[in-house]
Amino acid sequence: MKTLNRRDLLKGAMALGGGSVLPMSLIELAFADATQDFTFAYISDSHIQHIKGNQFVRNWDRGLIRAVAETNLLDPKPDFVLYGGDIAQLGTKPEIDHGLEILSALRYPVHYALGEHDYYLDLGEYWESQLGPQYYSFDHKGVHFVVLNSILTHQAWIDKWDSPEERMATMAGLDNPNGSPFMVGRTQLLWLAGDLAQVPQQTPIVVLSHSPLQKIFRNWNFWTEDAEAVQALLGLFDKVTVLYGHVHQIQYNQIGNISFNSAMATAWPWPYPRSYAQAPSHMPKLTVPMNRADPFFERDATGWQFIDLHSGNVDLHYTLPDNTNRVVAFNEITGQPEDTQFQSSALPFPSQQHY
Amino acid sequence: MSRTPTSRLGAAVPAALLLGLCAAAGADEFDDAELARWQQQYFDVVAEGRRLFTSDELGTNKLVCAQCHPNAANTHPETYPKLQQQLGRVVSLWEMINWCIRNPLEGEAMHPADPRMIALEAYIHEERRGVPLSPGKH
Repeated sequence: MKTLNRRDLLKGAMALGGGSVLPMSLIELAFADATQDFTFAYISDSHIQHIKGNQFVRNWDRGLIRAVAETNLLDPKPDFVLYGGDIAQLGTKPEIDHGLEILSALRYPVHYALGEHDYYLDLGEYWESQLGPQYYSFDHKGVHFVVLNSILTHQAWIDKWDSPEERMATMAGLDNPNGSPFMVGRTQLLWLAGDLAQVPQQTPIVVLSHSPLQKIFRNWNFWTEDAEAVQALLGLFDKVTVLYGHVHQIQYNQIGNISFNSAMATAWPWPYPRSYAQAPSHMPKLTVPMNRADPFFERDATGWQFIDLHSGNVDLHYTLPDNTNRVVAFNEITGQPEDTQFQSSALPFPSQQHY
Repeated sequence: MSRTPTSRLGAAVPAALLLGLCAAAGADEFDDAELARWQQQYFDVVAEGRRLFTSDELGTNKLVCAQCHPNAANTHPETYPKLQQQLGRVVSLWEMINWCIRNPLEGEAMHPADPRMIALEAYIHEERRGVPLSPGKH
């Protein structure tokens, strides 16, 4: 495992932060041949929210502006940026336009995934006109990247609403019992099978999706209904990493050869499902939870991630403004992502339990 | 809200009977119709609390409580009153509800006896039912 020197990466960013700790995480992917190592940044879940006229929710704007500014100051420069979905809160043109205007300040190419907040107003039409297509793949320095639209759902649910606004508002409520489970869907699964058929088994695969391609908590759509079908296709390869947004918190898991890593949001953090006392959830046992966010510090437990690819696996470095920083790195001995500091079997939940 | 008033009543009636010192006579016991009516009045307030919790009418910037607190999670009402260390004094839950309304929602604080505040407290407690009280806990 190669450890990236975060001080080097952030020597530019520190000038911006006045020496304070930055709300970000780093992800690392490297190869046996060190010249093939590369890094990329990962920003997700900005939820830009329109109030009226030229007014947007200041808090969410600031989160994305800060992520963009810090990403631009990284040294060495990331090769590109992945955006994990939910630029907008209610999928409107003003929200998507305002978010893209902030993101336009990034000095790197950006690859976007679609989130449900971008989608359920016009079924992705405006998003696609600006950023499309809704799913695609590309290759970079020997790694095959696949971007999926994982937030599709049943056509009957899509058609049952009186207005697009009602449909969007319903899906935008995380705990709304009238929502519908996310899925990749048959058409896209067939496309994925065809896309992967061209890729040698030993090629490292990195998948970007908005929802987790694993089943954690259905009530809040920390869930993809046909996750097993996607995992079956990805299971044919030696090294696979799934990066996802949506959950606004640190999660990681290992299923067979597939590593799962989530992103923090730039907008706001979410509670872990276990903090809801009325329904069981299936948080990966591997995940050491984040500390509870301090509500009095609006950027706490939000941020973005920097990814470093090495030996075909990823390491994520999370920097938490009001808490001890976290590093989740792929452990080649145990074959799974682990917190390099807190992942002790003697301490099943070593993170802060306090309110 | 998946739970129905009826499912709650099933548990409430035997509990009420146990409270009667003379269960056989039960002359002063509440009857089922009373219990059902009172329980329904509580659930009506909970429903109004859920409506407010997911409505943008409490603030001025379109934010709703449930955006950060799905199912009112991470509100931990069982720990109040407690020292809110960021405020430097012991507060009740309603003060933190007002803090959220004033700050993230950019709205106006409510009187603690405002029916909307009581509805919010009812909904938050209902979603946390069954968790042991631990006032003062951090």
